[in-house]
Amino acid sequence: MRVKTMRLVITFHTTAQAIAAERFFKENGIPGRLIPVPREITAGCGMAWSAPPEEEGRIRDVMEQKLAPWEGWHRLLV
Amino acid sequence: MIYFDNAATTLHKPACVMEAVLSAMQQLGNAGRGVHEASLDAARIIYDTRMRLAELFGAESPEQVAFTANSTESLNIAIQGIFEPGDHVITTQMEHNSVLRPLYFMESKGVKLTILPADSSGNISLAELEAAIRPDTRAVVCTHASNLTGNANDLSAVGEICKKHGILLIADASQTAGVLPIDMQEMHVDVVCFTGHKSLLGPQGTGGICVRKGLKIRPLLMGGSGVQSYRKVHPEEMPTALEAGTLNSHGIAGLHAALGYLKEQGMERLRAQELALMWQFYDGVSAINRVRILGDFTDRSRLRAPIVSLNIGAYDSGEVADELAEHYGILTRSGAHCAPLMHEAFGTADQGAVRFSFSHSNTREEVESAIRAVRELAEEAGI
Repeated sequence: MRVKTMRLVITFHTTAQAIAAERFFKENGIPGRLIPVPREITAGCGMAWSAPPEEEGRIRDVMEQKLAPWEGWHRLLV
Repeated sequence: MIYFDNAATTLHKPACVMEAVLSAMQQLGNAGRGVHEASLDAARIIYDTRMRLAELFGAESPEQVAFTANSTESLNIAIQGIFEPGDHVITTQMEHNSVLRPLYFMESKGVKLTILPADSSGNISLAELEAAIRPDTRAVVCTHASNLTGNANDLSAVGEICKKHGILLIADASQTAGVLPIDMQEMHVDVVCFTGHKSLLGPQGTGGICVRKGLKIRPLLMGGSGVQSYRKVHPEEMPTALEAGTLNSHGIAGLHAALGYLKEQGMERLRAQELALMWQFYDGVSAINRVRILGDFTDRSRLRAPIVSLNIGAYDSGEVADELAEHYGILTRSGAHCAPLMHEAFGTADQGAVRFSFSHSNTREEVESAIRAVRELAEEAGI
């Protein structure tokens, strides 16, 4: 298994929310990808967005601008 | 073979639709059931299709569009999932059984039903609709256009009345999705039920329900959702709330391509072609003795679904359709068209009617052939 690194993990209520988030993250050049939700956290949707922690400010700006729903924000080793 | 049964399903799908289904079957995994590329690709095309549909129908967001197998499933979700015993619901004599049967079922559970009568042209009266609203009225459920006559209801006007009285409007857009403009927000429509395989030009087995934000609907089906798996209840968030089990991503990929085709070609342009063919047919057959046309064709500026249903003398509609198919190679739909109350309004419950329904893929020559065939059969009927 690869070495874990600290990541920002954003969870969602539904698959549609997760895919919508992926879409506008890509449109806004935000790095990261969808991953299975790590077992340390619980989430409605089984997929979460994993991004570099230093991107948090920009991601929050984008999501607020798009009024995009999310379920939770976490920082953990992934 | 000349295909004039487009109100049942459009036969000639754009090549891009077939290619999209094939490509989906070669590449797509199960949406929302994994986080690998095959699964994500399915979820992505499904989401993109929700976006296209939300734009087409003026839904508030792509999440408010849930996929179903067809209009019938969507209408059952709405009718069985919104009403409670004691609610009063208004519907019309123009409806298809996909509206009527779920409503009759709910009537057996204590829902009170008013069915607005259609006049001799097959239209309902908006004044009668408004007069039927009572303090316990919960909703109007009505078709956007009759699948027998093609007569369209003015959804904006119905929506205005519903908004004024604080009741819901649930619209059956089976015959109009992809033909007539629908804007849920502008027209005050709370629920739009549509199918993908008619004028949207997608594959059979695709359809959906668009729901106004905040309107809670009890799900008809519960089960696998890919989310909130340890809860005992099905998720309440749209669109998952109304989607249980694996989605038809192969079909939805086809619908996605079809929606792209419609946008590229222009719905208004395609509709103009279809209505031109319909009027050509109407003008040709309305002048023939012993031909009776059902529906309202008085105002040519009024939008309608491209349908002309008729009878020839006292001939059984099934015999006429069979003769058209066997002798002339013209495919139509006879019988009751799952619209029993509409046939009762016209007094054609026994005879049925022969429905010609047009697509932009038809030609003027095909219409001419159909007019000639109807004329010949009408002349025989006079002998």
